[in-house]
Amino acid sequence: MMSRTTLDLWVGFFVVLGFAALVFLAMKVGSFTGLNGATLYSVEAPFDNIGGLKVRAPVKSAGVLVGRVADIRFDAERYRAVVRLDLDSRYEFPRDTIASILTSGLLGEQYVGIEAGADAEVLKAGDMIQITQSAVVLERLIGQFMFNKAAETPAQQ
Amino acid sequence: MNWLADRLRRIGAMTVDGVWRVGFAARFFLMVLVYSGQSFRRLHLTIREIYFSGVQSLLIILVSGLFVGLVLGLQGYETLQRYGSSDALGVLVALSLTRELGPVVAGLLFASRAGSAVTAEIGLMKTTEQLKAMDMMAVNPIARVVAPRFWGGVLSMPLLAAMFSAMGIFGGWLIGVVFIGVDDGAFWSQMQAAVDWRYDILNGVIKSIVFGIAVSLIAVFEGYDCQPTAEGVSRAITRTVVSSALAILALDFVLTSFMFRG
Amino acid sequence: MSPSNSSVPLVSLRDVRFAFGEREVLRGIDLTVHRGQVVAIMGGSGCGKTTLLRLIGGQIHAAAGRVEVEGRDVGALGRNALYELRRRMGMLFQFGALFTDMTVFDNVAFPLREHTELPAGLIRDLVLMKLQAVGLRGAAALMPSELSGGMARRVALARAVALDPMLVLYDEPFAGLDPISLGIVGQLIRRLNDALGASTVMVTHDVHESLHIVDYVYFVSEGRIVAQGTPDEIRASQDPFVHQFVNAEADGPVPFHYPAPPMSSLLTRSVLTRGAR
Repeated sequence: MMSRTTLDLWVGFFVVLGFAALVFLAMKVGSFTGLNGATLYSVEAPFDNIGGLKVRAPVKSAGVLVGRVADIRFDAERYRAVVRLDLDSRYEFPRDTIASILTSGLLGEQYVGIEAGADAEVLKAGDMIQITQSAVVLERLIGQFMFNKAAETPAQQ
Repeated sequence: MNWLADRLRRIGAMTVDGVWRVGFAARFFLMVLVYSGQSFRRLHLTIREIYFSGVQSLLIILVSGLFVGLVLGLQGYETLQRYGSSDALGVLVALSLTRELGPVVAGLLFASRAGSAVTAEIGLMKTTEQLKAMDMMAVNPIARVVAPRFWGGVLSMPLLAAMFSAMGIFGGWLIGVVFIGVDDGAFWSQMQAAVDWRYDILNGVIKSIVFGIAVSLIAVFEGYDCQPTAEGVSRAITRTVVSSALAILALDFVLTSFMFRG
Repeated sequence: MSPSNSSVPLVSLRDVRFAFGEREVLRGIDLTVHRGQVVAIMGGSGCGKTTLLRLIGGQIHAAAGRVEVEGRDVGALGRNALYELRRRMGMLFQFGALFTDMTVFDNVAFPLREHTELPAGLIRDLVLMKLQAVGLRGAAALMPSELSGGMARRVALARAVALDPMLVLYDEPFAGLDPISLGIVGQLIRRLNDALGASTVMVTHDVHESLHIVDYVYFVSEGRIVAQGTPDEIRASQDPFVHQFVNAEADGPVPFHYPAPPMSSLLTRSVLTRGAR
């Protein structure tokens, strides 16, 4: 039989180790230092086509993570997608900011890029970003390319 | 005809028996919760069980975690480098461990290491009339024996799962960065960019808590409910391991479908 | 001591019936234990005597009739009242039922620690006194697995009387003991009963050892009380059942054979079929 103090020591060691593992997971593995500590505010942005954008995709400005996509819904009146963005409240953006859907690398995941405008007023929670740029759809791009090629060819002859 | 009737009767009896056991288990769970207050007031009883369930499972959890991480590192690298994205190795290792493998594999190991031991202990106490003796001494065996073992398991399991994941990520890093030569910075930064604290890690911890409750409940119940013979105890231990494994995998499916459907 | 000299009986069973499902185990049981008495319940294996003990302890409830301890109906008590009653009962299980994960000392200290707020020093003194009474103070640091059967029984006895109970129940205290241990345990049961001013109910099938130490005996067979009396009355009894039991005769009112058709009919038939072939 083990004495009570030794047993308590082992259990204490076990608990400390367990919490150390949890802290390691939260701080070093997860992005605890990134967005999650910060308070957020959400703005909406309408897009004609969001391509393959997913909820929780990053929102970047100048390549820096400033928020995440919180929700994507379809606006049945105007037949377009409305994307809600949760932005870090430390960062403020002018009202005429441009939101565009971009792709990291050729085949990488899609994210929302934000390019700041020049307006004196800033976006507040619940505001709508007016100027947006839809996702580039590869099929459409190729189709357009083929169409242009086809149009060019007879002119050359 | 007779044979068919006999079969049907047996299936019916098995169904009724199964439903009866589920009802009994639910009532038992309620009793464990009701009497938990008494066992928390004497914390050293629960601390003792954390020692037996948690500390004694430490070695197997850490070693298996390391090996699972090593394998993930090797296999992940093998697949990722075909697409030229071996930098994402950290993401792959971390996500698969924190979301799935950590809670599930740690839960399975916990069930076979600690769950079976708890069932054996309670079953033997029942077989040797120790539980009855306690009851005759006006000491409630559920408060004194069952509840501390239940809570010891519930508290140990998330910590063990976290250690398993952490050890696995270390193993993946060891293979990927130290032996294969994936860039250290890319390994960690991609991981941190992709792994979300709340979405991935917290959900993983919630899974491990749920598994801990399920395994501990099954273990104490099978021990308490076993036939008080040597054969009955050994059957109860087998049932603990099998039902725990099934419960973990089924619950994992349910929880995953709720948590990660984005 | 005769059963009629004390005023209020400590334990009394009136017309008690008990059944496991369809199988009737006890019926029409009337039994009385007065304060200070050592009462033995005897009978063959499986006659329902252990069931009787469990009825008195409130572990099971009678299907009919009343089981009273201190004038209170045990079957009707709620959990708390039953536990309150059991604190003043001690029970020795057939094989001791010592807690295998504790030392001898901790086993005897267990009821004291669970039910009293006594300081550690006082508990230590009390435990050592109880162990001294059963002659095992020197074994305090041993684990139950290191004890012989007789020693384990004595430790369990010390544990059963740790809280100075008013009633001690023994389930087969002599089962599996060698003659020396048997004598020791028998003497201890009597001595502890008198020293504590307690009462004792003992279930056993060991006639000779019991008759030395008890005040009154009930014989149970097939779920009924078939004979009762003081040890002297029992020894002198002409009752065929008691006679068979006391003298350990193989056949008597308790038949040697399990009910079956006569052997001769079987034999003849097999001989005949063989002859026909």
